[in-house]
Amino acid sequence: MTTARGAGVAPGAGSTSALDRYEAVIGIEVHCQLRTASKMFCGCSTDYDGAPPNSHVCPVCLGLPGTLPTINRRAVEHVLATGAAIGGTTPEATRWDRKNYFYPDLPKGYQISQFDLPLVSAGSLTFDTSDGPATVQIRRAHLEEDTAKLVHATTTEGRRVSLVDFNRSGAPLMEIVTEPDLRTGEQARRYAEELQLLLRSIGVSDADMERGQLRVEANVSLRPRGTEPFGIRTEVKNMNSFRAVERAIAFEVERQARALDAGETLAQETRGWSDDRGETYVMRSKEDSHDYRYFPEPDLPPLRVEPAWLAEIRRRLPELPAARRARYREALGLSAYDAEVLVSDPDAATLFEATLAADARLDATLDAKAVANWVTGEYLRLRNAAEGPISVGPGDLAHIVGQVAGGTISGANGKDVLAEHVATGRPAGEIIAARGFHQISDASEIDRVVDEVLAANPAAVADYAAGKAQAVGFLVGQVMKATRGQARAELVQSTLRARLDVPGDKVGG
Amino acid sequence: MTPDPTRLHAHELARSLRAGEVTARELAAAHLDLAERQNRALNAWLSIDRDRALGDADGADRRLADARAKGPEAVNALHPLLGVPVALKDLVSLRGGQCTAGSRILEGYRAPFDAHITERLRDVGAVILGKTNMDEFAMGSSTEHSAFGPTANPWALDRVPGGSSGGSATAVAAFHTPLSIGTDTGGSIRQPAALTGIVGMKPTYGRVSRYGIVAFASSLDQIGPFARDARDAAVLLHAIAGRDERDSTSAPVPVPDELLHLPAGDDEAAAWLRGRRLGLPREYFVAGMEPGVEARVRESVASLESAGAIVEEVSLPHTDYGLATYYIVAPAEASANLARYDGIRFGPRLGDGDVLGNYLATRGRGFGAEVKRRIMLGTYALSAGYYDAYYLKAQKVRTLIKADFDALWAQGFDALVAPTSPTVAFPMGARMDDPVAMYLSDACTLPVNMAGLPGISVPAGLSDGLPVGLQFIGAPWSEPTLFRLARAHEAITADAAWRGLEPTDLGLADDPATPAPAERLAAARTALSDPALAR
Repeated sequence: MTTARGAGVAPGAGSTSALDRYEAVIGIEVHCQLRTASKMFCGCSTDYDGAPPNSHVCPVCLGLPGTLPTINRRAVEHVLATGAAIGGTTPEATRWDRKNYFYPDLPKGYQISQFDLPLVSAGSLTFDTSDGPATVQIRRAHLEEDTAKLVHATTTEGRRVSLVDFNRSGAPLMEIVTEPDLRTGEQARRYAEELQLLLRSIGVSDADMERGQLRVEANVSLRPRGTEPFGIRTEVKNMNSFRAVERAIAFEVERQARALDAGETLAQETRGWSDDRGETYVMRSKEDSHDYRYFPEPDLPPLRVEPAWLAEIRRRLPELPAARRARYREALGLSAYDAEVLVSDPDAATLFEATLAADARLDATLDAKAVANWVTGEYLRLRNAAEGPISVGPGDLAHIVGQVAGGTISGANGKDVLAEHVATGRPAGEIIAARGFHQISDASEIDRVVDEVLAANPAAVADYAAGKAQAVGFLVGQVMKATRGQARAELVQSTLRARLDVPGDKVGG
Repeated sequence: MTPDPTRLHAHELARSLRAGEVTARELAAAHLDLAERQNRALNAWLSIDRDRALGDADGADRRLADARAKGPEAVNALHPLLGVPVALKDLVSLRGGQCTAGSRILEGYRAPFDAHITERLRDVGAVILGKTNMDEFAMGSSTEHSAFGPTANPWALDRVPGGSSGGSATAVAAFHTPLSIGTDTGGSIRQPAALTGIVGMKPTYGRVSRYGIVAFASSLDQIGPFARDARDAAVLLHAIAGRDERDSTSAPVPVPDELLHLPAGDDEAAAWLRGRRLGLPREYFVAGMEPGVEARVRESVASLESAGAIVEEVSLPHTDYGLATYYIVAPAEASANLARYDGIRFGPRLGDGDVLGNYLATRGRGFGAEVKRRIMLGTYALSAGYYDAYYLKAQKVRTLIKADFDALWAQGFDALVAPTSPTVAFPMGARMDDPVAMYLSDACTLPVNMAGLPGISVPAGLSDGLPVGLQFIGAPWSEPTLFRLARAHEAITADAAWRGLEPTDLGLADDPATPAPAERLAAARTALSDPALAR
């Protein structure tokens, strides 16, 4: 077994003591809905979010007699791309298997999945933790079909019924299973976050946990520190957020440690996580576990993955998050924070890259750090305020950043220009010209405005004198307002402080 | 209208239709009348849809009229099945039609889509008369395992027609239709063809799309034609064969047009035999083979030899393992294929609402005994701890069975010739309580499914007044060779006395006083279980 480097201690009261005596052994299974236009084995659209129940169904995904599956090539490519991104291996011939069990959400009574020949084996993923980088080995990634959705309801007559919505039935699902390499809830959360980022970056999944596109399950067991054999493990489900992943595992580690300390024998069982109660509970015990009777799916021939096909998929892979993160920090000199914000936000990263590219086409004068500041600052602020996607022309942003950096307009005016550009789509240059923005750098003019502002705001001046340093911010704002944002901010700051900090010389009265 | 159209072959009907001597509606009506009149005695049909059939026939008549108006070239370009009646085994999906697969669990289900072959038959203008009886989910060799009563053999109404496609075979043998569709997983086309004295072909696995055919064992199931001669069967296969994107196991192999042009003349057909190398597998003359059956088969072999074919005895050493491996692989696949019958989306739902209770009641009462037996066999063979010993080993033996055949193709044999069934039609009830005896009915046919090969059964005379079938087995995609062999065999036996005979009990089938097959089976089973009557 390979252990994660940088094993750390999960936050949370009590976990320190448990992890002093026991080592947690954690493996993660992720189910991820793939981004395809149609379902895994039929032509039904996967665009069923919010659609009426059973409106995206056909004889195939309803499992009607006589229907047969056909493979969605795009879904296979998504798994192969994931495999390439995690450095996994893909056999030249893989196949499909039937996983047999009865449940009303499984129309055929079996799920078409992959058993002993998955599309991807032996990959790995590296991610940061509070204790530094850690690497988890990924055992396999395979393709299967999603189940239908059961809805439990009560009729108007008060009868409890279960309804089945087959819209999701047969949607393509990728299962990614790690080796039991993880040691803390934090590592598990960070792995899941990094995996989400990777899946989004290569465009194979929207991987939204809240919408069930990314489902995380954890296998958790403990063993006394310094020993090798695995303890009895529990499988934890129903963790609907990254935070829940960390909390549920931390809870489970504590619970198992207490039980072991008390001399109890743990049960191999499946447990659910209750976010409200902050605890796990028994869902089903080992005795209920299924014999899935896997056997090769006779309706689908073995799938051959031609080396040329795999090479093409590798060639099409975009820059991966880890590589991009390194490039931003090392080649472009961005801060770790800015690099992380950009890498984890595909829209922001795209704008950042495009702005630099636009600048490169002009005179390549912009500092990447300045562009990053604008993107992670103003752009994200505007986008978050808009609660939806916004459009910024990379050339426009390059223009604004350039004008501010060159001192032609003030930073405050630059922000106004960007906001107006987002609102109206007008080119930034036109906005600057129309609004007559230029920067006031003339000390005497700023002196004059500062005098007026100090005279008009005696209360703020008194606050400052009484030790409220933040009053200066208010006064700066007043100066900027009076100059329609055109005053050079640094000059306003220094002028104000110079005037306010003169001992005994109480200005304005 | 000249001779009774129900006695004509499809290629003769096509000629009459083009010549304007008869209309598709008249043809359909004549066949429907006969089918409706005799179905009580034969129970070959589970549904006869007169209105739809006549509507289809009218459509065919319009196409015929259009073509005639355009001239002889347009008439010649018409498909040979335009306006010709055909029957579908009741596991072939037909939009809006019932599709019971012979099971209570599918009672009331109406398929909302057409099977691939149904589309093809509609496209060429064939007239679908209705759906035929079968062993439940095609599991059986006698059609006695139908939930809707057994089908009688028109040669002896107290005997079985074979199975599982017994309804389709009887419907053709009794002249209710010139053509019908069956499926063959272990012999379910060839064995009933043999027992009712007609032609039945199981194509190469992958030749015909399985889309829309209720699955029994996915790696073994194939769809094929029944007819009263080789030419008709070949034309029907041509119509339904070919790659279908919806069945990933259907092969992108071209369908030879040769199937449409088998020699009409006996001399030409017989001449083709000269110099053909045929293997006679000694293992197919199994213990328990009836002497009359063996005699007819050897007579046919002798006549093939005298017509110039070279027949050599050959060995298929793993034949003995065919039955055992088949009864692991087929039930294993069936146990999964039949899991979808849970009463949730279609078919009757029994039980009180609790999920497990519904499953137990729906499946417990919806499936018959033979189906349950096979689901249990298959579930066992796939279970943890048994998979390697049963399923995996069976798949390995399957490879050996296929290798036996491959070795012969490598030696240059054009085909193999063998009996189809070790016995003639057996009495109703005789094997109902002895599953292994029933399974042995397919000893000579199921290795062909295990190897994915094409096989055809043709009439080879009578034994004790009942039909005997001769089987030709070919290399993958060698259907044209098998049809040429079948056609040649017809030619060289054209003058045999049995060729002119009609099934013995057709007169009885017309008699309203004749008991229904279900009554015959019940009586037979009572007799068999009565210690006073037992030996």
